[in-house]
Amino acid sequence: MNQTQKILTGAEIIWESLVQEGVEVVFGYPGGTILPTYDALNQYRDKVHHVLVRHEQGATHMADGYARSSGKVGVAIGTSGPGATNMITGMATAILDSSPIVCITGQVPSNVIGSDAFQEVDITGAAIPVTKHSYLVTDIKDLASTIREAFFVARTGRPGPVLVDIPKDIQNESTEFVYSTDPINLPGYHLPKETNESHLQEFADMVNAAEKPVILAGHGVLLSRACKEVMDIAEKASIPIATTLLGIGGVPESHPLVLGMMGMHGESWVNHAIQDADLLIACGMRFDDRVTGTLKTYSPNSKKIHIDIDASEINKNVLVDLAVHADLGTVLRKVYPRIELSKKVDWLQTINSWHKDSQSRDIINVKSERLIGAQVIREIWKGTNGKALIVSDVGQHQMLEAQYYQHDEPRTLLTSGGLGTMGFSLPAAIGASFHEKDREIWVIVGDGSIQMMLMELATAMQENANINIAIINNGYLGMVRQWQELFYDARYAETPISSPDYVKLAEAYSISAYRVNTLENIIPTMKKAQNEKGPSLIEFIVEEHGMVFPMVPAGVGLHEMIQRPYPENGQTNTQEETVS
Amino acid sequence: MKQTLITLVEDKPGVLNRVASLFRRRNFNIESLSVGKSETPGVSRMTIVANEPDSHKRGNLYFNLLKLVNVIAVKDVSSLPCISRETILVKMTIGPEQLNDLNDVIKKFGARIVDMGSESTIVEAMDEESVINKMIEAFQPFEITEIMRTGKIAMRKGKTHNISSNNINAQLDDLSWTPDHITAYQN
Repeated sequence: MNQTQKILTGAEIIWESLVQEGVEVVFGYPGGTILPTYDALNQYRDKVHHVLVRHEQGATHMADGYARSSGKVGVAIGTSGPGATNMITGMATAILDSSPIVCITGQVPSNVIGSDAFQEVDITGAAIPVTKHSYLVTDIKDLASTIREAFFVARTGRPGPVLVDIPKDIQNESTEFVYSTDPINLPGYHLPKETNESHLQEFADMVNAAEKPVILAGHGVLLSRACKEVMDIAEKASIPIATTLLGIGGVPESHPLVLGMMGMHGESWVNHAIQDADLLIACGMRFDDRVTGTLKTYSPNSKKIHIDIDASEINKNVLVDLAVHADLGTVLRKVYPRIELSKKVDWLQTINSWHKDSQSRDIINVKSERLIGAQVIREIWKGTNGKALIVSDVGQHQMLEAQYYQHDEPRTLLTSGGLGTMGFSLPAAIGASFHEKDREIWVIVGDGSIQMMLMELATAMQENANINIAIINNGYLGMVRQWQELFYDARYAETPISSPDYVKLAEAYSISAYRVNTLENIIPTMKKAQNEKGPSLIEFIVEEHGMVFPMVPAGVGLHEMIQRPYPENGQTNTQEETVS
Repeated sequence: MKQTLITLVEDKPGVLNRVASLFRRRNFNIESLSVGKSETPGVSRMTIVANEPDSHKRGNLYFNLLKLVNVIAVKDVSSLPCISRETILVKMTIGPEQLNDLNDVIKKFGARIVDMGSESTIVEAMDEESVINKMIEAFQPFEITEIMRTGKIAMRKGKTHNISSNNINAQLDDLSWTPDHITAYQN
């Protein structure tokens, strides 16, 4: 920290504070009330890379993607009014998925706040329900400390988005810049205390007594960096692990104890294991309705332990027997020595028998004239040796990705789980590309989702972002069509959706693009895309009426899933596939 | 059963908005909320009365309040010994022939007349919510034209829980989530 007196403008203080926080890249869009800050950016070009986005929502998703892949705080900048309101969807996406981002917005000058001035919106108020906290800076003396507090709140505890709204006049004023290193003084910000001994022992006793336990691993496993701790306990006591959508990658999916994703589109053996369990150990997950099905019949015979850093998540949806309000990794490390070695042969065999039945139904084995979405995902898995960073969007392709791309490393799947924000993937991947500079990045996106944030193709081109965009095009808003087919007698209302010629469109952006119709062409075309430095796009034309199974319809229990049909041609090739 | 929460909040712009927004967003029913400065500069004290019959939603409301960055501490005093009070102003139109009846009611409830004119009479009272409700019943024979209630304020009996930083931790201990705590909400 620079101890000599330094008089800076508010605009300079913003950049200087970001530098102090270790920020190297920001995603933003200039405008009237943030002009002073953009003017000052020119002095900080050597320290901070600014990515000009094409829509402020894109900026928030980029910051989010950067944050999810790096574990650091992502930063988005926008102007007041429409610039700020465009960021709301991104903030909502980030809060539901506990992603640390700081959004900085310009605000109309202090003396006209409240007058409906040009491009004025009360974004501090509007952001309340979609942020961890929001600030309106009213005095330049508070500016640096507010930004510091915002980063602290965003990254600590349960991470989440924080908004800092800064009126234009405050950006223009000057004051002495001091970036404090004192402890943050937030009397109302409560992080968990030490877990008490009796809870740890009760935890261990419950695990040691269980015959049919299942670990439910959520996003908290990644956020708490507790991947090893979860595996250690699972291996010691032979506990199978089911993951949530956002928990994917927290534990290696090729590990024999890792069952896969649970919930609405979880594999049948995963959901059966949960329903049949006598103990659920919920680790950093929140019993979302998409993972529980109806609560009335949810895992009826199990005791439940819930470890979460956010006390308000505990007993919210599912009442538990032991609540542990704590950092997951810390608790698991303390519990580990108290866990007894155990094999649980019967339980694991039971799960395995369910597994075998399901495999024979696998859609991968279906021979079809047309490409099937699942096959495309499986080929992408093979073609990337299972090692890519995948950023999936929202819809059928998202669930197929979760089912058919096996993730063995943490932070290799980014997706909008809680909010289900269509359009998330392209900007999030651009954001992640600023952290994952050496890893192959694939966007897996539907023809509906890509069209929600198409404008960010320009950002990908401008930044020469090293991303491969795989559009799974079935000509429908596939997941909604699936629901219409199953629950609305196939009355397709507004789900058929047309697309531009993606190859020509990509060419217009100087992005190399390919179209694939056959299984054999997937890997060779991927190779071409992989050899490109910078963005590339592949459009996969797939079967229009493909469905995602298994599926637990809304309002029924996890065990009452619709299974995949057995393949009509009787092909039951159950050979385990491995990445080449 | 109604839930009474005494809440210490930072006295900053928009805090009331955040608390109110939480109730809306989480779909909790709020009965009353009263707020004023506390004995400590920069800290306000709120009494919130929620009407949430579902036991585990009550616990959830508690932790959601505590999660707000500007909320320093929350104490659920629903089943603790407390003094609780509500102030009410009632405007009525009283005919001369009703004056004696009004005085009887006022005496019975310890209320007092604070304004009397040809067009209206204003009565003030302060008491527990249940007594206030009975008093309003008793006013029914008169023509009530306006009622203004402050909402409940409550204070725990016994020693004061100061809000210096040490004591905040002590209070948090008091609040920490234990199986006992869950049981408390399942009653």
